[in-house]
Amino acid sequence: MRNVWTIYRKELNSYFVSPIAYILLLMFALVFGFFFWNALGMFVYYGIESQMRGQMYPMNVNEQVIRPLLSNISVVGLFFIPMITMRLFAEEKRNGTIELLATSPIRDAEVIVGKWLAAVTLYASMLLCTALNFSFLFRYGNPDWKPLAIGYLGLLLQAGALLAVGTFISSLTRNQIIAGAVTFGVCLLLWVLEWVSGYETAMWARVLAYMSVITHYESFGKGVLATKDAIYYVTLIFLGLFLTARSMESLRWRS
Amino acid sequence: MITVKDLTKKYARTTAVDQISFSVEKGQIVGFLGPNGAGKTTTMRMLTCFLPPTSGTAMVAGIDVLEQPLEVKKRIGYLPEAPPLYQEMETNAYLKFVGNLKGLRGTELGQRVDYVIERCAIGDVRTKLLGKLSKGYRQRVGLAQAIIHNPDVLILDEPTAGLDPKQINETRDLIRSLAGDHTIILSTHILPEVEQTCQQVIIINRGKLVATDSVHNLQNRARGAESVLVEVANRYGVLDIASVQRRLEQIPATARVVPKQTRENLCTFEIETSAKDGFKRADIARAVVESGWDLNELRPAAVSLEEVFLQLTKAEGAETLASAKGAQ
Repeated sequence: MRNVWTIYRKELNSYFVSPIAYILLLMFALVFGFFFWNALGMFVYYGIESQMRGQMYPMNVNEQVIRPLLSNISVVGLFFIPMITMRLFAEEKRNGTIELLATSPIRDAEVIVGKWLAAVTLYASMLLCTALNFSFLFRYGNPDWKPLAIGYLGLLLQAGALLAVGTFISSLTRNQIIAGAVTFGVCLLLWVLEWVSGYETAMWARVLAYMSVITHYESFGKGVLATKDAIYYVTLIFLGLFLTARSMESLRWRS
Repeated sequence: MITVKDLTKKYARTTAVDQISFSVEKGQIVGFLGPNGAGKTTTMRMLTCFLPPTSGTAMVAGIDVLEQPLEVKKRIGYLPEAPPLYQEMETNAYLKFVGNLKGLRGTELGQRVDYVIERCAIGDVRTKLLGKLSKGYRQRVGLAQAIIHNPDVLILDEPTAGLDPKQINETRDLIRSLAGDHTIILSTHILPEVEQTCQQVIIINRGKLVATDSVHNLQNRARGAESVLVEVANRYGVLDIASVQRRLEQIPATARVVPKQTRENLCTFEIETSAKDGFKRADIARAVVESGWDLNELRPAAVSLEEVFLQLTKAEGAETLASAKGAQ
């Protein structure tokens, strides 16, 4: 456990000592800021329009602002996840520092979990930026906080799963660009697999759709804590980290 | 301290290390010598548990590298060919991180960091980014991280590669000063390095063990028999080389006397002995002085390891060498 902490601190340091973390945070905040501003503008526009027509449409901040915005976050996050994970192992392999880790009295699993936790922390701090935007809604409106909290939990689980996949891909190569590009491709695929359910109902299509990360976010987005979806994400996290461990071990046998 | 038996590492097509056996006593400095691609790094990586051997066993401090890698890793300090430094870290933070990795905590960690910084003379760069250090400093920080947990065994892969002559000397001094506390294995393809730093040499070529012995014995072995160089002078006039040679040949156990490098009143003779235990050097001195000549110098004709190495590694490459010469 202490070793996980050692690796975790070192990884977090290398994110936050270098400009990596700040640039990612800045860009993410900028993009999401625009989304937020846009969504709020729409909401206000519809509100005024419905008053002018004299018809009182039911207006709901949770349904009309928070929910779509949360799915926006997960889309934007998709672009940032490869940038977070691509360096995790690829950089160590290129610099030869992997030899230091592999010859120190720590387990591979401790290295992997430490690195993954650092990546999750960076993503969580990006989510924190978005929480800043939402706080304005609470200042001037009266939204329900529970669906928002569950939405955030879903986002964190989803990102954790994709970050685990990214960690695995980073351990396969010593080239960060390759790691980043492959991670992006795989994440995007895991994302759009769900589309087949739109026109096909056969078994294979249902399996593909089930594998999609977006399928399992729906319930979280609605503010429902569904155990089976949480289990899907946790399984994917374990799978990603397990594959990383296998990949680190095979590094020794091939080298 | 280190026992290696029939250690073999095979890759898909090649055998990088082929049934190597050797052992190293506690507190010794051992030179791991071989041309590039001989299997030095692979062997070291197996000792440090970075690579598992295909067959054979390696024991460090009585512990098998395959059975209890974590215990072995605790006892080993390793400096790979390229020092494993994180560019974006400061020296101090880096050493603390490595100390943590090796299981050091709290005040003990602080003390060890201070100690290795002083020992490796890197106090000047304590708060500098590792990415900005010069090659010499990078190497020394690399050594510092290797000794931070006071390991029983130090494994250094080409510790002086790419340094300038002054830095090479400093690094060698540092390594020599570390012996005693630690058992050291260092690899190199530079021969004088072994002669200057090591007590024992392990020569490998193409993955095979060619020789393992003390530096001293290896030099003798290549020579076949011990020989001595004697410089004789005549301060009163011309030196009669023939008569000196005759006198020297009369000394017991002399096989051959070869005069070399002649000046008018000065000559160096190389005397080869037939006896196993060598000359009584006093006999030579007395013979020269009693005959009225001056004895300027009397020293063993040391063969450089370079020659030993070439002789030993040539055996295998002899065929290719011969064919190459034939082609010319």
